[in-house]
Amino acid sequence: MGVKFRTSLSRALGLGSAKEGAEHWWIQRATAVGLVFLGPWFVYFCLSLIGMPHRDVLEYLSNPITATFLILFVFSSFYHAKLGMEVVIEDYVHNEFVKYTSLILIKFMIFGVGILSLFLILKIAIH
Amino acid sequence: MAQNSRPLSPHLQIYKPQITSILSILHRFTGVTLTLAIPVFVFWIFAVSVGSQFYNESMICLSSWWAILFFIGWSFSFYFHFCNGIRHLFWDAGYGFELETISISGWTVVLSSMFLTVITWAYAFYVGVF
Repeated sequence: MGVKFRTSLSRALGLGSAKEGAEHWWIQRATAVGLVFLGPWFVYFCLSLIGMPHRDVLEYLSNPITATFLILFVFSSFYHAKLGMEVVIEDYVHNEFVKYTSLILIKFMIFGVGILSLFLILKIAIH
Repeated sequence: MAQNSRPLSPHLQIYKPQITSILSILHRFTGVTLTLAIPVFVFWIFAVSVGSQFYNESMICLSSWWAILFFIGWSFSFYFHFCNGIRHLFWDAGYGFELETISISGWTVVLSSMFLTVITWAYAFYVGVF
């Protein structure tokens, strides 16, 4: 299957791929496939929160299934957002300083806000 | 880097808007928009952890009419990015590249994301989001 995409030169040289370099693209797709299922669950989650008193929200988040789904959603969506924002910055920001600064900032912010969310979800679930 | 004022290729300003190009840029735009919703989620989960009084006050703020406008925008962005994302996953698998198919799938994405947004908010207003 893969062979027909290779050039004649590539086949003659007989060198394989470096087996890496496509992680960014690949993880973007892997998180996307996860979010095809987790996204609709999150919509359901949000809609069921409408008008819910604080006491019931605590109980809802203490449910292991709900907490697990929410953590999975946070992890996949935040990581997906990080990868997407990196591509957008690389494509549209042409000033080198601004580009690399924002590429580092987006990593810091996503990991910071992601760890804060996971900590809070666990704190609420185990309260 | 040398300053160059000559126009860059592709000359976007002379392109006729097409369903393919419009949906492509909308996919990126909605992706960025959805990233901007992350702080709101973090604020919400923070409010839950603080306690009932702060949570109730926050919810009054988050269900004001201008907040609802933002949530309507985010829900459409979500549904659009979701539907068009599935379209992209089919392309990644090598399916749906015929021009006619691309056009049909594109319009399907537009119509279904609008439909899902309307359904969602009809439900939200029915259960009493305000």
